[in-house]
Amino acid sequence: MANPETLKDHIKETALFSRRIVAAVVVIVLLLGILLARMVYLQVIDHQHYTTLSQNNRVSVLPIAPPRGLIFDRNGIVLAQNQPSFTLELVPEKIDDLQQTLARLAEIIRIEPSDLARFHKLRKRRSAFKAVPLRFRLNEEEVARFSARGHLFPGVEIQARLTRQYPQGALAVHALGYVGRISEEELQSLDSSNYRGTTHIGKTGIEKYYEDQLHGTVGFRRVETSAQGRIIRVLEEQPPVPGLNLYLELDARVQAVAEAALGERRGAVVAIDTRTGGVIALASMPGFDPNPFVNGIDSKAYARLANSREQPLFNRAIRGRYPPGSTIKPLIGLAALEYGVVRRDTRIHCPGWYTLPNDDHRYRDWKKTGHGLMSLRGAIRESCDVYFYDLARQLGIDRFHEYLSRFGLGQRTGIDLFGETRGLLPSREWKRRVKGEAWYPGETLITGIGQGFNLASPLQLAEATATLANGGVRYRPRLAHYFQDQRSGDIRYLAPQESGRVPVDNPDNWRYIIDTMKDVVHNLRGTAHRIARGARYTIAGKTGTAQVFGIKQDEEYVQEDVELHLRDHALFIAFAPIEAPRIAVAVIVENGGSGGGVAAPIARKVLDQFLLGENS
Amino acid sequence: MIAQPGKLRPLGDRRPNDNLTSVFSNLHIDWPLLAALGILMGIGLLILYSASGQDWATMQRQGVRLVVAWLVLIVVAQIAPRHLAFWTPWFYGIGLVLLLAVLLFGDVGKGAQRWLDLGLFRFQPSEMMKLAVPMMVAWYLSEKALPPSLARIGVSLLIITAPALLIAKQPDLGTAILVASAGIFVLLLTGISWRLIGGFVALLAAAAPVVWFYLMRDYQRQRVLTFLNPESDPLGAGYHIIQSKIAIGSGGLYGKGWLNGTQSQLDFLPERSTDFIFAVFAEEFGLIGIIALLAIYLAIVLRGLHIASLAQDSYTRLLAGSLTLTFLVYVFVNIGMVSGLLPVVGVPLPLVSYGGTSIVTLMAAFGILMSIQTHRKLLQS
Repeated sequence: MANPETLKDHIKETALFSRRIVAAVVVIVLLLGILLARMVYLQVIDHQHYTTLSQNNRVSVLPIAPPRGLIFDRNGIVLAQNQPSFTLELVPEKIDDLQQTLARLAEIIRIEPSDLARFHKLRKRRSAFKAVPLRFRLNEEEVARFSARGHLFPGVEIQARLTRQYPQGALAVHALGYVGRISEEELQSLDSSNYRGTTHIGKTGIEKYYEDQLHGTVGFRRVETSAQGRIIRVLEEQPPVPGLNLYLELDARVQAVAEAALGERRGAVVAIDTRTGGVIALASMPGFDPNPFVNGIDSKAYARLANSREQPLFNRAIRGRYPPGSTIKPLIGLAALEYGVVRRDTRIHCPGWYTLPNDDHRYRDWKKTGHGLMSLRGAIRESCDVYFYDLARQLGIDRFHEYLSRFGLGQRTGIDLFGETRGLLPSREWKRRVKGEAWYPGETLITGIGQGFNLASPLQLAEATATLANGGVRYRPRLAHYFQDQRSGDIRYLAPQESGRVPVDNPDNWRYIIDTMKDVVHNLRGTAHRIARGARYTIAGKTGTAQVFGIKQDEEYVQEDVELHLRDHALFIAFAPIEAPRIAVAVIVENGGSGGGVAAPIARKVLDQFLLGENS
Repeated sequence: MIAQPGKLRPLGDRRPNDNLTSVFSNLHIDWPLLAALGILMGIGLLILYSASGQDWATMQRQGVRLVVAWLVLIVVAQIAPRHLAFWTPWFYGIGLVLLLAVLLFGDVGKGAQRWLDLGLFRFQPSEMMKLAVPMMVAWYLSEKALPPSLARIGVSLLIITAPALLIAKQPDLGTAILVASAGIFVLLLTGISWRLIGGFVALLAAAAPVVWFYLMRDYQRQRVLTFLNPESDPLGAGYHIIQSKIAIGSGGLYGKGWLNGTQSQLDFLPERSTDFIFAVFAEEFGLIGIIALLAIYLAIVLRGLHIASLAQDSYTRLLAGSLTLTFLVYVFVNIGMVSGLLPVVGVPLPLVSYGGTSIVTLMAAFGILMSIQTHRKLLQS
C-alpha cells in the first residue's frame, strides 16, 4: 500500500520540477536571445564596418622569430651559435611546368626521393601561392650553384633561416644541452604568442634552464596581401628583441682537458670555483654530439646512443649516484674532531680488520696486513679503514648524518640544470621510512668509510670539497656567469649565492684536516703522492675506491679476476692552492680501479690547466 | 507492478509482418530527437567540408567518428534507466579513479595531460565525467525526498567539485566548466530555493579571485585578459577573436554563400574546423542561417526538456533535465566565445565541430535521454 505522504511528496516534487523546467525554458530563450541579439549587432548593425574590414583584410600579421642568445664560456669562446641554414623553396603557382623544373633542379642540387615525396605531400596541403620547401640544409656549394642559375628558375628561391649550432661538438654537451623542435606537448604550455614563429626550444642543459632569457621576444611584420593572399608590400615592422647572450663560468679549455683526461673511460669530472660556486668544468664521459639533435636525429642514430651500454646520454656529473668511498673520510674526521669524539693525537691499532663487541663479523681494511698504530693524520693519509670503523662507531649515525648534511650531501645542490640527483645520505629515519627496518650498528661502520647506503653525485662531492676549502661557506654551484643584452651591451651579473654555512667550532680542527689532505698528495706515504711530482702549487686531496659489488667474508678481491663492469670505481677529490683556495674538483672513473692511480692524475691535469693555463 | 511487455502479449497474436515492426518498436529510439540530431549533423558535415578547404580526408575521419557516435547512442539507449541508476556510483567512482590516474601516471611534463593510454586506445576520463557527475548527483539526491536538505546539497557540491577541480588541474578549464554545470543543473532542478541559489552565486563571485590566482594557468589568465582587450595581442589569441568577429559580421543577413567565405577560405580564420567553425557558418550562411541553426538547437533542447518532464522518477527526471541544459551550455559558450561575448575556453560547437571525443560523449548523453523516454512507455503498458 502506498504511503499517502510519499504520494503527496511525489506530486509536490513533480510540480516543483515542472516549475523549474518552465524557469529553465525562460532562461534558455533568454540565452538564445542574447546570442541572436549579438548576431544582429554584428551582422546587421555593424555589417558595413565588418564588410569593409573583410575586404581590407588583406593585411596579415606575420611573426618574426627572435634570434636566440649565444652561449660563451668564461673566456668568450663560443659554445652555441646561430648559423644561417639554407632551404630551397618552390612556389607552385609561379611555375609553369613543375615536372620539368624539378628535373632541371635535380641536375644542380642533390634531391633524394624522400625530398620529393615530402614536397608533394606538403604541396597538396598548401595554397598554390605559398612557398613549399623542397630541400633543407643546402651546403654552400649548392647555394652558389643555384645562385648562378637562379634567373632560369622562376618561382624557385633559397630561404635563409637561423639554426642552432654547437661549434665545439660534443664538448660540455651535458652542461650545455641542446635545442630541438618544439613538441606538441611543449606547445600547450608555451606563451603561444611569443613563440609564434619560433620552431626550436631548449630541451636539456643550460639551453633548457635559461630558455626564457635565451629566447627573446617575437617581432612582427604587417603586410598587405592581394585578394588571393600574396604579399604585396610591408606596411609596418616591429623587429624582434633578440635573446640575451649568456656567458658561462665554464672554462672550455679546462673542460677540454677534463674530457681528454677521462678519454675512453666512463666517468665524470666536476670543477668548482671555490670563491663563487661557479662551475669551471662539468664533464660526463662518454658524451655525444648535440648537433644532430637540433633538427631531429634519425631514429637509428638515436637508438644507438640510447641503447649503448656506455650510456652517453646519461649526465653522470649531476645524475650519477656513486658510493663516495674514502673521499668522505676528511669530513668524517672533521666531524669527529668538532664533536670531540677523538683528539688530534688519538691513536688506534690497525691489525687489518675490525670487529664489533659480541659479533664475530670481521670488517676488513683494504690493506690485509693492517696499518699498525695509526693517528687520524695517518688514517686519512693512508686511508686506513679500521681507524674510521672505530671513529664511525663512536660518532654514531645520527651525528654522522647531521654533520655531513651541512656539507650538502643528500640534498640537491641547486645547480642551474634540471634533473640533478639528491644522492643519498642515510639516517635512521630514512631507513625506517624506506626499508621499514631499524638501523644496525654494523651499517654505521660501513657508512663511515663511504660505502653502504651512501650515494653522492660528482657535483655534490665537488661542492662539499669547495665548502671544506672555504672554511664552511657553501655556494650554490652555477654554470651561468652573466647575461648580456645583444643590442645595448648591458651586462647583468648573477651574484654568487651562499646556500649555507657549516659552523666552525675550532678552526684548528679544519686546518688539521686540510693538512692531512695535503699529506695525501705531498707526503711520500700519501695515497696520491705520485701526482705531487712537479706541482707548482699545493694540493689538498683524498682518494677513494668504491666497491661496486660485495665480496664474501673470506674471499679476496683481485682486480684481474673481476669482470670490468664490476671493478671498483676510482674517486678523487681535491682543492688547490691550499693557502688561498681557488678551485675544487671531484673525479670519478667508473670501474677505474684505484683512486690514487687513475682518478688523481686526471684531477692534476684539470688543476694545472686552471691554475697555470698549461696543457700537460 | 512492473511487467515485461513482451510477455504480456499472447504469442498467437503476432502477425507475420510484425517482425520488422517489432524490431523497430523494441529498439529504444526517440524518433523526433533522432531526426533533429541527424539534421544538425548533416549541417555540420556541410560546413566542415567548407571549413576544411574541401578536404575529403578530414570528411572521412569525421564520418567514421559520427558512425561510432551513432552506434554508441543506439547501444546506450537500450540500457534501461534502472540499470543506469544501479551502475551510477560505480561509473562515477571509476571515473574519479581514472582522473586521479591521469594526474599521477600521465606524463608529468609541462603540457596538459588529459589522456590515459590504455595500450589499445587512448581515453579521456574527463569526458566520462560529463555524464558521470550529473548521474551521480541525480542518483544521490533522488534517494530522499526533494528538495534536498542543506547537508545533502553540501554532499552534492562535493560530488561535483572533486572531479571538476581534478579536470581544471589537467588543465582543461572548458571541460571543467561543463562538468560542473552538469552537476549544478541537477541541483537547480531539484527545486532548491531561489534564496539558496542566490547565496551560492554570491559565494561563487567571492571565489573568483581564488580561481584566478590559484587554479588558472598563465595561458588561461592570458586568454581572459585577451578577451577583455583583444587588440593587446594581435598575434595571439586576440587575433582569433578579431578575425572571427570580422567573419561573422561580414556574413550579413544572407551570408556569402557556401564555400565563398573569404575569411575562412583565405586562411584568416584560425581553428576554423574545430572551435571556431561557427564563424565559418555565420560568414557563409548569414543571420538567416544562424536563426535556422539556433532553431534546431532549440528544438533538441525542448525535446530533451519534454522528455525530462514526462519522466516518472526523480533520477531520470533530474538526469534528463541536466543533460539537456548542459547541451545548451555548450552551444551558448561556444557561440559566445566565437562572437566575442565570452573568453575563449576551448569548447566545441556541439555535434558540428571537427573532433571525436566530445561528439561521442554527447551522443551517449542523447542515448540516455532516449532510454529514459522509451523505457517509460514500456512501463506504462
